[in-house]
Amino acid sequence: MDKDKLTNHSPEMLSTLFRRMTLVRQFELRAIEERRRGLIPGFIHSCVGQEATAVGACAALSQEDAITSTHRGHGHLLGKGGDPKFMMAELAGRSTGYCLGRGGSLHIADFDLGILGANGIVGGGFPVAVGAGLAFQMRGEPSVALAFFGDGAINEGSFHEAANLAGLWNLPVIFFCENNLYGEGTPQDMQTPIADLALRAEGYGFPGTIVDGNDVIAVYESVLSARSRAMSGNGPTLIEAKTYRFRGHYEGDPQVYRRPGELELWKARDPVPAFRARMLEANICDEAELDEIETSVQAQLDEAVAFAAASPVPAVEEALEGVYADTHRGLVF
Amino acid sequence: MREISYSEAIREAMCEEMRRDPNVYLMGEDVAVFGGVWGVSEGMLDEFGPDRVRDTPISEAAIIGAGLGSAMKGMRPIVEIMFGDFLMCAGDQIVNQVAKARFMSGGKARVPLTIRVTSGAPGSAAAQHSQSPESWFMNVPGLKIAVPATPADAKGLLKSAVRGTDPVLFFEHKMLYSESGPVPEDTDFTVPFGKAAIVQAGSDMTVIGVNVMVKKALEAAEILAGEGISVEVVDPRTLVPLDRATLIQSVAKTSRVVIAHEAHRRSGPAAEIAAVLAEEAIEFLDGPIMRVGARNVPIPYSPVLENYVLPGTEDIVNAVRMLI
Repeated sequence: MDKDKLTNHSPEMLSTLFRRMTLVRQFELRAIEERRRGLIPGFIHSCVGQEATAVGACAALSQEDAITSTHRGHGHLLGKGGDPKFMMAELAGRSTGYCLGRGGSLHIADFDLGILGANGIVGGGFPVAVGAGLAFQMRGEPSVALAFFGDGAINEGSFHEAANLAGLWNLPVIFFCENNLYGEGTPQDMQTPIADLALRAEGYGFPGTIVDGNDVIAVYESVLSARSRAMSGNGPTLIEAKTYRFRGHYEGDPQVYRRPGELELWKARDPVPAFRARMLEANICDEAELDEIETSVQAQLDEAVAFAAASPVPAVEEALEGVYADTHRGLVF
Repeated sequence: MREISYSEAIREAMCEEMRRDPNVYLMGEDVAVFGGVWGVSEGMLDEFGPDRVRDTPISEAAIIGAGLGSAMKGMRPIVEIMFGDFLMCAGDQIVNQVAKARFMSGGKARVPLTIRVTSGAPGSAAAQHSQSPESWFMNVPGLKIAVPATPADAKGLLKSAVRGTDPVLFFEHKMLYSESGPVPEDTDFTVPFGKAAIVQAGSDMTVIGVNVMVKKALEAAEILAGEGISVEVVDPRTLVPLDRATLIQSVAKTSRVVIAHEAHRRSGPAAEIAAVLAEEAIEFLDGPIMRVGARNVPIPYSPVLENYVLPGTEDIVNAVRMLI
């Protein structure tokens, strides 16, 4: 098998990868528009430009595998099988959303899909992913936990603690870093003294690899490999995917911190059209088939927005629900 | 009924729950080989093995977060934090993750996590090893807080915590570990959350005591009985949920109340209890709600200073005399 070659994989898988990347791209652009229009009240932290990491990594996981996601998690959620209808409804704060409107973008979770939750705290998910890996190991379940995070999060103490514990106990955990060169509004080289974050893995007793985060096949294969390691009892892996976000930390971010010329350079390597071109070149799909995928994704998003807009807002009493399993007849409030 | 120590009662609770349910496991610093720095988990490694009784690195955030993650995936973890002061090393995991996971996910996350932690001053342990942090977490919706004062309550509440499906901060006062008391042997004996106990009935004064102050309240009651003052001692047993009805009922009977805890006076548990009583029992009160707590300074090291700062039996007696 030639590394990162399309021909390693079935046309169905490749088509799925393209469809999902298109879905993530279109979802983000649509969510941004709907925020502007007022359907979505909360902040959007879009992952435009990072479709290959989200989709490629999740495609290598089974439904039973668990992920912890981040504040920039729409791609992870869709990649893991999230339904754009329920995601859009959650962003719109409706009771039909994944979290019944109580969490919003930052907290989308679905345990049937193995999504333990996006997170509003940078670095908040590491220990939780390690805990999921611990449960898999203790129960003898053939699953892995994958923690998504960015180049900013790697400097949170929680990374250190979680990586150390995962390495020590040889847990089936994949630490997947989307290094998009910015932690909020500050460049990566002004937050970390080293450029290649994968180097940190060695300090925890497990391997670190670097992958081109804009090559969905490379990402997919790196996670397949890390998953296989974990499943054979060989413990964690740190994957550092080099990528770039095309939009601000949040929608509305004036982005005064972006280095000149950088965005243009990375847009030339936009992962979605790049993969589209590769699919054509390798005769996996023809133009008509790719157009059809794009059109059907648009339709899916139209449906999602319509669903969200038509969904009811929660009854106010629901604010008191789902805090505890047992409220002791309301005494906890 | 046989009498065992608070520490043994806690161990019994853990062992019984671990025998009953294979998903229950214990992890924390020095809990396995050492048997817990307070000796609470002695012998458990031998009975349950290293998979279910785990020594961790010194990593409170990872301990608590891994507890959360494993709970979400079907386990029923008991995690131990050696000193309540160290909860702050895991602040984000407790406050932003554990407490809120269920709510933020629309009620879907399952968090049957019990966080056992020591509370209180063991004597000359100084400022970072002596705190009673219960009230810091009372302000965080999503957590439940237990403060057992007796071996029976320690066992019963811990079993309830482990069997329940909500995250619990289970505070064990260090100075209560060696105290003995009657404890039922029934392996299904549990104590419900949200149910205070009338430790001793009385008619002139209600003294509400939190964990170690229950004992001191009883000592104060004996002194005051000699002065013809009949003190009713009430133990809330859990701070969240708080059994308001029992506290209000006691105040309705006596019309005077002192609330005592070892935590610092400012915004300690008594502040919340006092506000509840002021809102819901004002018509029964014949005087101000008195609070007894540690002075608002870090707990000092030298015994003479520490004793000056920490609340004692005398402080309860004085507060009662001021009210009479």
